[in-house]
Amino acid sequence: MEFSAVLTGTYLEWFITGAKISLVLFLSASVLAFIIALLLVAVRSTGFRPAVWLVQAFVEYHRNVPLLVHMLFWYFAVVQILPMAVQIWINQRSAEFYFAMLALALNYSAYMSEDIRSGLRSLHKGQIEAARALGLNYIQTMRDVILPQAVRIALPPLVGQSLNLFKATSIAMAIGVADMAYSARWVDNATYLTFEAFAVATVFYLVVSSLIIALGSIASKRWRLQT
Amino acid sequence: MIAQIVEIIDVYWLLILVGQFPEGPLGGLALTLCMALAGLIGAIPLALVAGVIRTCPGTIAYYPISAFVHAIRGTPVLLLIFWAYFAVPLLFGGSISGVATVVIALIVYEVAFLAEVLRAGIEALPKGQIEAARTLGLSYRQAMQDVILPQALFNVIPSIISQFINLVKNTSLGYIISVHELTYTAYQVNSQLLTGTLPVFTLLAIIYFCICFSLSQAVSWAERKVERLRIAPQQANGGLR
Amino acid sequence: MIRFENVNKFYGDFHALKNITQVVDPGKVVVVCGPSGSGKSTLIRTINRLENIDSGRILINGSDIHARGKDVNALRAGIGFVFQSFNLFPHLSVERNIMLAPMRIKKLAEAEAHSLAHELLAKVGLSDKAGSFPTQLSGGQQQRVAIARSLAMMPPLMLFDEPTSALDPEMVGEVLTVIQQLAGEGMTMVCVTHEMGFAREVADEIIFMAEGEVLERTDPETFFRAPCHPRAQKFVSDIRRA
Repeated sequence: MEFSAVLTGTYLEWFITGAKISLVLFLSASVLAFIIALLLVAVRSTGFRPAVWLVQAFVEYHRNVPLLVHMLFWYFAVVQILPMAVQIWINQRSAEFYFAMLALALNYSAYMSEDIRSGLRSLHKGQIEAARALGLNYIQTMRDVILPQAVRIALPPLVGQSLNLFKATSIAMAIGVADMAYSARWVDNATYLTFEAFAVATVFYLVVSSLIIALGSIASKRWRLQT
Repeated sequence: MIAQIVEIIDVYWLLILVGQFPEGPLGGLALTLCMALAGLIGAIPLALVAGVIRTCPGTIAYYPISAFVHAIRGTPVLLLIFWAYFAVPLLFGGSISGVATVVIALIVYEVAFLAEVLRAGIEALPKGQIEAARTLGLSYRQAMQDVILPQALFNVIPSIISQFINLVKNTSLGYIISVHELTYTAYQVNSQLLTGTLPVFTLLAIIYFCICFSLSQAVSWAERKVERLRIAPQQANGGLR
Repeated sequence: MIRFENVNKFYGDFHALKNITQVVDPGKVVVVCGPSGSGKSTLIRTINRLENIDSGRILINGSDIHARGKDVNALRAGIGFVFQSFNLFPHLSVERNIMLAPMRIKKLAEAEAHSLAHELLAKVGLSDKAGSFPTQLSGGQQQRVAIARSLAMMPPLMLFDEPTSALDPEMVGEVLTVIQQLAGEGMTMVCVTHEMGFAREVADEIIFMAEGEVLERTDPETFFRAPCHPRAQKFVSDIRRA
């Protein structure tokens, strides 16, 4: 075992960059996914048939197509239909990261919206009635009464989804994002110390996964709704 | 664009469906489905054992199995594939194909998840079932075999189909190590066409969507069936408070 | 047949059974009654080791059921236990529910087990339900099947844990009739129940429990007419008023 060889100099830098990018990708995609999920739930709850159908279509599309395909789709396919100037601009700015973030956020927003919707369903109907009786309009009801509660109820599955999101960031390496998985492969190619390289990456993922689970567990207990 | 998609299907349908078969190894959609199926079936025996052990916190085997489950569930599937690529030739001597690598990684992944699915299924059964079985004098093993597992396995059929859907989606990662499954095949088609990137990837998405969506409808159907047939005795028709 | 010697049981800090010392003679029907939380169910569940005890001994036919090396499965096979919530196996037909234990434990052949099951179903009045599944039966029918299932192992001792408490009133009678019939055949029984009319008719002795202790033990006539312990008096008068 030559871990020392793998954790020095350029290789260490690669790992650190990889870790940073993985984490930034995870955090930004999670936040974006959550916001989009809230929007999806709010739109769906209007009951307006075309809106409901659109949201359902969006959710089903993202749940039934693999994340890798989403990423490839954005990176290869969508890029090509953008105007030339935009394409050049994108290529100059290593846009893989943003495509990956977009694909991750959209994909997991679908799952998160379903979890929040379940939380919504277990809310007492009286909540909506009480809010409307007070004179709150739809947006206010959603924003101040319904969604805060639904989210708190849905916290455990949402933590599960963010854990899945974190693990899924590894797929971004397929479109060239220099995340941890990418770094591990790069170091492996450079040093032939395959076990050590992969072990470092695995430890990284396991540690962060455990952290997410632990923090999620604490948050769930803290903010659990007593109905 | 629809015209373009139809054209692609017209020209490349065989490649997308079965890859180079029969002039070469199986590929395309057929390979995707075979790998997913192999992953599921390969995982079942070990998952059964692991799942049952996970319901017995007192036993010696509980700790290593739990550690395994937590470790696998905290690791990205892609990394499991990398590990398989590295470790399996060492363990079995000689190199193995990309397909086998992916299948082995999927089996390891699925054992951890199926074990938890089974554990949930067992723990969801009313406590009275195991009590009644043990009260009759059946040993733990007999109770598991005749009373608990038949019920638990039936009840988790929807979850197992869901896991299969996940496996189908995870086979797409074979693309990264150049396994000729559906996604890689689409990439090949794209490389040949050069001008049809959007239609090709749209078609790819549509194919996955059709397969997985049908399967998820099967999950809903199975959930309804199971719900109907497996009412706990307490909820049977006729007077119960 | 059953002997409790200074049995104590705790759930954490809660003292569920306090120094229980009791004897149940063979062939007797003993009814255990008392207010909720008195420990009646806990007591009966310690007999076949569904619950463990923290101190004291329980002896069945002179042998300590918690002795080292004691085969708990053999012990349980020799005791019939009927649950409040029946706990029939929903994935097996009624006759298969009854046949399972004899085939697995006594290694009975399928045909023998089959005729045994039908004999027992006839005894509880459910011959026509042999091929049905538990979910197709009413509560009263399910409980009678549960009794037949327990009888299949031909135990010398039967325990009933509130057998009719989960049933709608109109089905209580059919189950009590079966239990009464068993009592009449000389089966040793311990029955936890709220059905006082039944207790009066069938029991040889009544054990009254409250807060984990046995407060009174006497024959039914005396118990219902003139109980000694003030707690028992309150219990009996409350029932009368109900």
